Amino acid sequence: MKRLRSLLILVAFALMPLLAFATNEGGEKSEGLDIPKVVLEHLSDSYEWHIATYEGKHLSIPLPIIVRNSATGDWFVGTAESLPEPFFFDEAHHGKIYEKMPDGTTERPLDLSITKTVAQIWIVVFVMLAVFLSCARWYKNRDEKSEAPGGFVGMMEMFVMMIYEDVAKASIGEKHFRPYAPYLLTVFFFILTTNLLGLLPVFPGGANVTGNINITFFLAFCSMVVINLFGNKEYWKDIFWPEVPVFLKAYPVPLMPVIEFFGVFTKPFALMVRLFANMMAGHAIILSFTCVIFLGWSMGVGYGIGLNFVSGIMMLFMNALELLVAFVQAYVFTLLSAVFIGLAHKEEE
Amino acid sequence: MDLSSLPSILTPDLGLLFWMLLAFLVVFFVLAKFGFPAITVMVEKRKNYIDESLKKAHEASLKLENIKQESEAILQEAREKQATILKEAASTRDAIVEKAQDKAREESARIISEAKAEIEAHKQAAISDIRKQVAILSVEVSEKILRKNLDTDKAQMDYIDLMLNEVNLNK
Repeated sequence: MKRLRSLLILVAFALMPLLAFATNEGGEKSEGLDIPKVVLEHLSDSYEWHIATYEGKHLSIPLPIIVRNSATGDWFVGTAESLPEPFFFDEAHHGKIYEKMPDGTTERPLDLSITKTVAQIWIVVFVMLAVFLSCARWYKNRDEKSEAPGGFVGMMEMFVMMIYEDVAKASIGEKHFRPYAPYLLTVFFFILTTNLLGLLPVFPGGANVTGNINITFFLAFCSMVVINLFGNKEYWKDIFWPEVPVFLKAYPVPLMPVIEFFGVFTKPFALMVRLFANMMAGHAIILSFTCVIFLGWSMGVGYGIGLNFVSGIMMLFMNALELLVAFVQAYVFTLLSAVFIGLAHKEEE
Repeated sequence: MDLSSLPSILTPDLGLLFWMLLAFLVVFFVLAKFGFPAITVMVEKRKNYIDESLKKAHEASLKLENIKQESEAILQEAREKQATILKEAASTRDAIVEKAQDKAREESARIISEAKAEIEAHKQAAISDIRKQVAILSVEVSEKILRKNLDTDKAQMDYIDLMLNEVNLNK
């Protein structure tokens, strides 16, 4: 949606005189343009997949809502249009489904709806499975003596080996990296695919998934579990009994162990916030530049043309930058996870 | 601060976490089993294969180098042998020619000497033959002379006496 506009901008720029009339007529409507609200709406999850609005009509794909009635324990499965009585979209809570309880209070029910973000995640899963299973099939009928793959399979092989060799093997070490490689590969390609699909302006992509704290929390939590669950003796000794003077680690206060123990949680926390903030900010900036165009036109033709031009260039630049960020963030998340796993497998010196 | 009034991208959402967990586990287990190993195992195999092939190629080139040197040595040896054989052949030939010449010389000398001896023998035979003829002739001549001189008994007797005297005297 938002990125489609960035393409349309170029067309719009060419058709400037025609558009000038249109905007003058619709000027009143745009005057109440609340940029933070619009941006936040586009970043947020929703119960339908909005594609376009034309003359007040919304074109969107309805998504299944699955909620559990907290009062009765019944499940409701349906779409946003047929939401039954005790449930309602609470505008105070950014349009999430809430339930009116018999005593008059409102409560958030158990909500397992396939929201826009969830649908996007499943699209990502589908894309990843399609890509890698088709790649795996390519290898099935070949052995090591046949030629190396070219084209798409070759590219995927390059990416896979980049993570496998340069990230997993290099960071964790020859001895231990094998069991962790599938996890790191899955994380990398999951984030990368999600980021790239998030850059698409229309339906199969465009949802802000990695810019949602729940997703990055989940990924960081997985990394934390993987890092700490299989940490060896050296690693735990370094946390609770590091090689520092005794007054730093035991008496009067166990300063270093406390700091190190906090480190166990701050490392994945940093992973979580880094990915979330980067992706959210990227989306927000592109959306803001898109909004600037509408703002400009609402202020008059002169502003419209000028800001259109500036915004168009900035958006192209930001989209190109986001393409880079999409890769870099996936890479950084994987690399840091690998480095932390490597730290948890310290070799005895 | 009420957490639920924050923008939804910042608020925890159980449904989203649930689906994320499910989706991630699905993609992780499927790809960890069927997706990534196919690629990584193959690439490692290929890497080993290439390493091995390189090693083999290196060994082969070393071997080839050895073989080249060996063949060079063999060639050199053959050349030397050829030279010595040629030399020997030349000397043998010379020796044979020399010998043949010697033999021929000897033979010719022998033949010449034989011829000379034969000629000598022939000459002697001829001489003795001539002597014989001369003796016979002289006997015949003397017979004729004697016949004429000794046609009388007296003359014969005289001559015999003379002869006898001569013999006696000679003894």
